[in-house]
Formats: sequence, structure tokens, C-alpha cells
Amino acid sequence: MKLTLSLNGHSTELVAAPGARLLDVLRDAGCTSVKRGCETGDCGACCVLLDGEPVNSCVVPAAFAADAIVTTLEGLNDDPLMRRLQDCFLEAGAVQCGYCTPGLLLVAWQRLREGGELTEYDVRHAMSGNLCRCTGYAKPVRAVLDAWEAMP
Amino acid sequence: MSTLKDGRMAPHESPAAGRRSVGVDVPKSDGEKLVRGRPVFTDDVLPSGCLFAKVLRSPHAHARIVALDASRALADPEVVAVLWHPDVPQIPHTRAGQSHPEPSPWDTTILPTKARFVGDRVAVVAAETLAAAERALELIDVEYEVLPAIHDPAAALDADAPMIHEVPDPRGIAKGGESNLAAMIDVQIGDVDTALAACDHVIERTYVLPRVQASHIEPHVSVSWIDEDDRLVVRTSTQVPFHLRRILARILETSESRIRVIKPRVGGGFGDKQEMVCEDLVAVLTLRTGRPVRLEFTREEELIAARFRHPQTITMTTGVMNDGTLVANRMVVLADTGAYGSHALTVQANTGQKVLPLYPLKHIHYHVDSVYTNNPISGAFRGYGAPQGFFALESQMDEVAAVIGMDPLELRRKNHIRLGDVDPVSARLNEGKEGLARTVNSSSLEECIRRGAEAIGWGATPAPTHPRFKRGLGVGVAMQGSGIAGVDWAAATVKLNEDGSVNLLVGATDIGQGSDTVLSQICAEELGVPYEKIIILSSDTDLTPFDVGAYASSTTYVSGGAVAKAAADLKNQLLTIMAEHWQVNLEDVRFVDGVCMGPRDLSLDMGGVAHTALYTAKVQPAATASHMSDDSPPPFSAQFADVEVDTETGQVFVRRFVSACDFGTVIHPKLAEGQVDGAVAQGLGYALCEEVLVDDEGRVRNPNFLDYKIFTAMDMPLMEVIMLETEEPSGPYGVKAAGEVVINGPAPAVVNAIAAATGVRIRHIPATPERVWRAMHEC
Repeated sequence: MKLTLSLNGHSTELVAAPGARLLDVLRDAGCTSVKRGCETGDCGACCVLLDGEPVNSCVVPAAFAADAIVTTLEGLNDDPLMRRLQDCFLEAGAVQCGYCTPGLLLVAWQRLREGGELTEYDVRHAMSGNLCRCTGYAKPVRAVLDAWEAMP
Repeated sequence: MSTLKDGRMAPHESPAAGRRSVGVDVPKSDGEKLVRGRPVFTDDVLPSGCLFAKVLRSPHAHARIVALDASRALADPEVVAVLWHPDVPQIPHTRAGQSHPEPSPWDTTILPTKARFVGDRVAVVAAETLAAAERALELIDVEYEVLPAIHDPAAALDADAPMIHEVPDPRGIAKGGESNLAAMIDVQIGDVDTALAACDHVIERTYVLPRVQASHIEPHVSVSWIDEDDRLVVRTSTQVPFHLRRILARILETSESRIRVIKPRVGGGFGDKQEMVCEDLVAVLTLRTGRPVRLEFTREEELIAARFRHPQTITMTTGVMNDGTLVANRMVVLADTGAYGSHALTVQANTGQKVLPLYPLKHIHYHVDSVYTNNPISGAFRGYGAPQGFFALESQMDEVAAVIGMDPLELRRKNHIRLGDVDPVSARLNEGKEGLARTVNSSSLEECIRRGAEAIGWGATPAPTHPRFKRGLGVGVAMQGSGIAGVDWAAATVKLNEDGSVNLLVGATDIGQGSDTVLSQICAEELGVPYEKIIILSSDTDLTPFDVGAYASSTTYVSGGAVAKAAADLKNQLLTIMAEHWQVNLEDVRFVDGVCMGPRDLSLDMGGVAHTALYTAKVQPAATASHMSDDSPPPFSAQFADVEVDTETGQVFVRRFVSACDFGTVIHPKLAEGQVDGAVAQGLGYALCEEVLVDDEGRVRNPNFLDYKIFTAMDMPLMEVIMLETEEPSGPYGVKAAGEVVINGPAPAVVNAIAAATGVRIRHIPATPERVWRAMHEC
């Protein structure tokens, strides 16, 4: 099955096997920031933005992405807000193994883009679908708050 | 921080005067590539033409694999190979991933003739696509002879219990493999029975610990291929590349020279990636097909066929006098090692060795039966037996305090091990055999208890936040080790480049904890060069020297020692080169802050020195050093929980959690805090919600992250970490260890807090709402 979508700002044609999940076609397309962690939608390592909304791509059929706008971390690496978040993650010591980091960065970026007030509870709520086994979430939460406080 | 060589606590002022790398929060060496999502993990880069492997797993807990017909599967042109036990060498080994000589029994083959748990390997498939490999599993016809199975460890030693292992060479199995007893330990110091008889109180309680899983977010994954020199290359998410190479060479009937193991970035390990669960399978498939092969566990496979912290039932008997003087401790453990004896002996040895010395009594008795069952395989998981033991010991201390009417902290203060004390257990028990004596040469434990208690507000429990909640505070104290004394060793190589940069090659295995960063800091500090000048490469068996790998809280202490030695050697070489170059006496040349100084106004920075060495003296300054320690100095922690219990539902909420820690010198404060944060999250899960449920037929009932619940960002309490550094005389720059000690305290601290809040004692964790509610209602 051929799939036309906007992937990280570029109109892209991907080939998807019948029943393929968005996670698999994105990794096959070289988006290695999209991680396979559970394949049941429970861990958030495969988080991508589908038409601007965070989704767990392991439970999204690839066909759902037809004509959609898909954004992975690769597509945001040049974005100033994402760079600030990445710097705050590094500065706060929020990265240990780094496997869940792309998912955490994406949900945090999305939450910061929404704007408005941001409490620690809000950050934890935004991250609640992303499992991290290394950090106990303390430093990732701190990093997002740091990035928010530094926003213009 | 002042340097106190007597091991007493030093005031926390990282970094110490004059240090530029050690004690500084330098950028994590792999941080940038990780936040950019670059392809750095095993599965991110696959060789072209790579096949995908899947494992056919046994539906039976105990069954002979009599016949297998793969013809229907192989009829699919996309299915390339199906292997079962007649197709692979049947060389007994253990997949535990330990040092030679291996302490775990050699009770395993690559593909067994008999399945011993639901999920055991029956066959392995390689296909052009993952989908084709998955389809093939449905098309393999297997004839099983189903055998009676045992799931209750207490029944495993019954006379009529079916034998799980009948191996011709029962090497390493207790009593020659005559029963399902995989390992047994019995150590007595003093005379516990006589001592107990003379005590004012004897308190006996039994504690039950669950089966839990490491749950690193990156699953086990390995890729193998044959390189252009016909050598087997295995790129894999492992904690033990060098042990893997040695084990693979033996079981594949080849030599180490024919195998290269590469460890890229690893997405968490926590002990579970010490085990060889994929590497041998991709290797046999690559050797059979000549093609690259990739095998990755699904989450379901992780929770069925990876490894689990050993479930244990622990009976503690403690003798105490009315004034709170502890006299004797007996710990009797029944451990379920599951279908194979991976770490059956050594995890259980640790339960005694790491735990009982916290109260160094004259009378200590430790007994373990570690038994085979037809349950999932137990193995290494952060803490390595100590979380079980400390749950029992630190729950028991609160029970003892309640009996004699003493404050639980006071009881601990009166009895815990102190600076200069001899740990009475280590000399008698190390890795399941006689060990090396251990004296505490650095400790801030008293201060950890005092500062932790202050931070949580001991004695002043906050008011509940709701009328139906009850609130309480609890404590759990713990110690661990720094590597395995006399066993763990490591090597490091340093090599100087023209611009004064240094290649640091280590076998030490960064699995996310940040050892590449910490070892680079030690190297930079020793050489006096900026941290940014260190280019680290870790864990490629062709390129780096040996290291046992990432386990036993060893890397900073043991591998760090090797790095410091190699760097010191390199520096000495450079002094000699410069003395000759300047034609001055060697003793007149020295390094000051990375600048080489000679007599008069002679001086040259590291780049200049390197240039002189490479282009004038025409030598490559380089050094390799090895390091082993006969000591395993204990890091300490005192951890405090503030919990609320919902009396209507039994749900427990952890509101605040304080960890006061003595890791020796802290090389990288943020990474060290990160070790605490992560260990607390895992420890709270152990206390409250994590439990792999196995039904009466041996099937895991909750093999996914929805039903096997680990802590999320929403579940975490407010955390406080207090570092109370000491200077450990035997560690490079005074380090001890940080990786494991802090996973021991959360479970007893939480359960002690539940008891303080409700008066109800939970002796079987996790303290789920149902267990707490039933305990409160005595039903």
C-alpha cells in the first residue's frame, strides 16, 4: 500500500505493508527517534505528532496517516523551542539512557506550544503517558519547567 | 570538599578545591545525540539484507519437545530458516553473563530438548520480514510430551516432585543435582540458638516478596552478521560484552578471535541485560544462513521470558534486649529461581551478605534454599537480592521497635554498623563461598539518618489531607557494595593525540547510567586536561580492553580505578618525554593544571607536549592499566517516606520521599542524583504496585505495561536527595557506588510508614489497595 503524507514538513510517499503500524513505517523511513517500547500504546516511546496531536504510533495503523501531517523529533530538531527543551533536558540531567527522551520531548514541546500557565502538575499530567524507568521523572519535569520559565 | 582520608564525612562542597572535572556537572558525553534522536541504539541501524527472527515459545510449563515439523512454515518463500534443538550445539552453559569461573549452574542449552516454563524456547525462525517470521510461528507443528509441573517453590523439594533438570553434568547445582535444589547456603557466625535463648525478646516474622521485572524501556535486542573476514559480529543491547564473547565462543564451538561484540547505546538494563537472551539465537541463525539476523523481544516477551527479581519468602528471627541492644539475627530464605538457575546462588548470597552486616551482631545465621520451579526465570535485577533482604530486615527492625516500645530510628542508631566496624558476614560469604574480610573505612550513615529524619520531619507527622486518610512516616536504611571484592576487574586504555585530546577506550559498559561521562571526568581530572578533550569509546571487544561489565555497582569504583591508573601512567610517560626533550632532570618536570612545567620558564600545554611526543620524540604516548579491588566498600542510604492511606479503598499515596546517601565522593552530582531518583521510582513500584502474576499453570497473567504497572510521572512523590559525601580510601578520588543501594530503602520505608499510619503491618508486598484494605479489615 502506498501512503502519501507530510512527514516532517516534506511531502512523502511511503510503502506500508497491509496492517502495518505507523511506528514501523516511520522507523523504516529513517525516523529512528520513534522508539519501540511496548507495542500496546502504554509507554509513549513511539510518540509522534499526528496532525499536531501526540499519538502513540505503535497503535495507529499506518493507513490513518494517509494525507496527514506527521511530525517526529527529527522534524523539530531545528525548531528553537525544541532546541531550548533539549538544552534544558541536558542541563537538568534529565537524560539517562535516552530511549524515552524523544517521546518526552515531543509531549513537552506540544504542551509548551499550547501556551498558558504551566504548573508542575501540568507537566506531570502531560508526561503521564510516557514511561521512563531511569529518571523517576524528577529531572525531566524540572527540565520542562525550566524551558517554560525561559520562554519569551 | 575537604579531603578527609580517615573516611569521615566531609562537608558537601563539590567540586573539591582544585578539581576541574571530578565533582562537576559536565555535559553528559552522549547527551546531544540522545536528545536529537540520532540512530544510536541497536535496532536503529540494521545491515542490508537483514533477516528478522522470532522465537517459538512453549505453551506448556514442563514438556519434552519430541518432534517438530517446520515444513508448512518453510513453504513460505520468505521464511529462511527454522531451528530447533537437533540443529544447534547442545553444550550446557548458563546465560547469566557472569565472570569466569561462572557461579551459576550450567543447566541450559541454546535450544532445549525439554521446555521448563511457559515461554521457554522451542524453536527459532528467521524470515525476510518480521511479519513472515510471526506467521511462521503459527505454522510450526510441535509434538510435546507434557510432564507434571511445579509452581509452588515450597513444594519443589517434596520427595515426589518432578525433576526439572536431569543433566549429565550438574556442574554448579547444589548436591550434585539430585533434587530441585539449585543452590543452598548456610552460614553461621557465633551461636544464634544459644544467643536467642538469653534474649529479653525473640521476634519472628515472615515476609513475602513478589516477582518483578526490570522493565527497561528498550527491549532486549541483538543483531548479528558475518563480516568481510568471515568473523561473527554481534551488535547488542548488553551489560556484559566481554562475558558474552567468551560464552558465545564456547557454546558455538569456536574461539574468541572469531567473534566481535559491539555495544552501542543501551536503553536501560538494570541487571536484566546481563543475561544472554537474544545473542546466541541471532548468532546460530547467522551462522546457519550466512545472513544478518535481528531479534528483538516484544514487551510481552520481556514479561514472560526475560528475567525477574527472585521471589523470596524470608523468615527473620531477631533477639533483642529491653534496652534495644540487638543480639542475634537469623534469616531463612526460600527463593524461586524458576526454570533455570541463572544467578540462583549469587543473588541469594547477596541477600545475606549485603543486608545482614547493617547490624553487625555477634550472632548471625543465614540460610537459603534456592529452588527450581516451572516458573519464569529469575535473575539479576538492580539490588541483586538486597531489595528482598532489606525489605525483611528493615520491616523487622520496626516490628522489633514496636515490641520493645522504642523509636524505630533510635533502635537503628543504637545498632547500625559504624566507621571502623568489621562487617562480620563478607569474610564468610561472597558470591556463595568464602570471601574477603571487609572493614568500613568510610561512612556518613549516622549523618544520613539524622539529616534524612530532619528533612522528613520525623516525630511530627503532617496532618492527613482528607478526613478518611491516615498519614505516617517510615524509614528504611540500607547498604550495598562497590563491585565484587576480589572478582570484578577492569582495564582502560588512554592514547594522546596531536591536539592534546585523549582517546579513552574502556570495556566498561554505559547502559544509560552515565559511566562514559564519569570515566571521562576521572581521566580528565587525572591528566589535568579539560573534560571536553576526552574522546571516549566504550565496549567493543575488538577495540577496547576487558571489563567485566556493568553490574554489582562496580563501574565508577572498579573501572574508574583502571582509568585513573592508565591516565597516571600516560602522564608519567609524558614527563619522561619532556625531560628528555628539554634535557633536564625528570624530577624537575611536572604537570600543573594540564600544563607541563620544567625548570626556569620552560612550559608547554598538553597540545604542545603531544606534538613533541609524536613528531620530535616519535613515540605514541599511550597506556593500558588494569584495576581490581579486594575491597567492596559499602555505600549507605537512609530513606524516609511520608504516606497517606485511604482507609476506604486501601490505596497508599506516597506524598514525600527523602533519600540521604553516602556514595563516597560524587563524581557527577546530577547523574548521581539521577541514580537515586530512578531507584526510588523502581523501589516505590516494588512497594506498591509491581507484581508479575503467574497462574496455576505457570502462565504470566499480566505481560504488558497496562497490567504490570510501573510508576508514571503522576505517581511520583515530592523527592528530596541529600548527598553526604565521604572519602573512601580505596576508591579513585574517594568514590564508592551509587547504582543499587538506594533501591533497597523505598519498600521498607513505605511499609513502615503504612504501619505508622494505620497500625497495620504489610508483610507481603506490593502493598496493593486490596492487600492494605484486607489487612485493615482483617479479612
